[in-house]
Amino acid sequence: MNINLTLIGQSIAFAVFVWFCMKFVWPPIMRALEERKKNIAEGLAAAERGRKEHELSEKRAAEVIREAKGKAADIIAGAEKRGAEIVEEAKSDAKVEGQRIITAAQGEIEQEINRARETLRGELAALATAGAEQILGREIDSGTHSKMLDELAAQL
Amino acid sequence: MASENLTSTEYIKHHLTNLTFGQHPDGYWGFAHNAQEASDMGFWAIHVDTMLWSVLLGGLFIWLFSKAAKRATSDTPSGWLNFVEWVIEFIDDNVRGSFTGRNPLIAPLALTLFVWILLMNCMDLVPVDWIPWTVQQVMHHVFGADPHHVYMKVVPTTDVNATFGMSIGVFLLTLYYSFKVKGPAGFASELTMQPFAAKNPLIKILFMPVNLFLEGIGLVAKPVSLSLRLFGNLFAGEMIFILIALLYSGGLVWGVLGGVLQWGWAVFHILIVLLQAFIFMTLTVVYLEMAHHEH
Repeated sequence: MNINLTLIGQSIAFAVFVWFCMKFVWPPIMRALEERKKNIAEGLAAAERGRKEHELSEKRAAEVIREAKGKAADIIAGAEKRGAEIVEEAKSDAKVEGQRIITAAQGEIEQEINRARETLRGELAALATAGAEQILGREIDSGTHSKMLDELAAQL
Repeated sequence: MASENLTSTEYIKHHLTNLTFGQHPDGYWGFAHNAQEASDMGFWAIHVDTMLWSVLLGGLFIWLFSKAAKRATSDTPSGWLNFVEWVIEFIDDNVRGSFTGRNPLIAPLALTLFVWILLMNCMDLVPVDWIPWTVQQVMHHVFGADPHHVYMKVVPTTDVNATFGMSIGVFLLTLYYSFKVKGPAGFASELTMQPFAAKNPLIKILFMPVNLFLEGIGLVAKPVSLSLRLFGNLFAGEMIFILIALLYSGGLVWGVLGGVLQWGWAVFHILIVLLQAFIFMTLTVVYLEMAHHEH
């Protein structure tokens, strides 16, 4: 067991290895580790943020849905009311219109009746005149008998 | 696997001798042919096997980890990068636990020490004769060397030079940061004003040499204990592997027993291998922490 130059050689080798390790091995790996640590922390924070945002948006979505439901119910109720109104309106309109048609028809019917009566009356007068002519054998002077004829017609 | 023509003592000695290159007393440079020649070379000789294996393993560490560093990404890591990140986070946690200052050197230093020492220690788990025998055969058949003179200690941490080399590096860093952080005056007062302190200036001066002596021992004991702890543990482990390997030359029954023992000791040794690397790293960080703060 001799102490010799190996001692110094070993010290030099030691120094070189430590220098190399300090220069080229330790820093890049430590840097990568730090960076990864940061990335992971950021990733976790982002996930947390995402989770919160998701929660918030879910809440917001529920609110929107509730609002929409309320609005839809309002709209439906309004529409139902309006529908009922329209039906009522239509009913009353129809009633009025029906009444009008009936009235018009009755008027027309009366007119027709009157017209027919007039015609009949005229025709009857002519018929009566013709009948009387036949019976009497002579012509009735319509000038002299017109008063009597008119009375007859009025009686019909 | 002990060669038949070696006695047990020779076998053990052979395994405990480093492949030494240096200047022989008669002036020419070359490999030492035996332990005596190696120690005759004095300080200006180098353990080629220790340097070779430690640099090889350090290079392996650097290569593997820089491969991961090149692929480092903040996306999902995979395969090797995963493992490297796991090791680095383990080291980083440990350093943060015991080092409170901010110094970009400490964590890479700890990583290098831990992985490098671990790799060197792990060479202990390779059966003791595999690599030396292979090297002997190659040297014998290719270069015509006498196999008895080809030494190969494959565990650098069983060489006290290797562990001292590292702990001296740590010691120099400790001194450097002590000076840098506390200033020469602060460091000097730390060495001379405690543990015995006094209000009276005269007694203070009288205490100074005593304090310097005690603190000086404390200062030097750190790198010495740091390196000897690692060396002692690994050397002892290696020694037991060598003794177990001796059983293989004792016939079938002893050989089988040796196999079982070697397996058992290797399993237990994994703990030591890991623990010693971890202790060396942790103590280094603690010493450097002490260098950064008054205590």
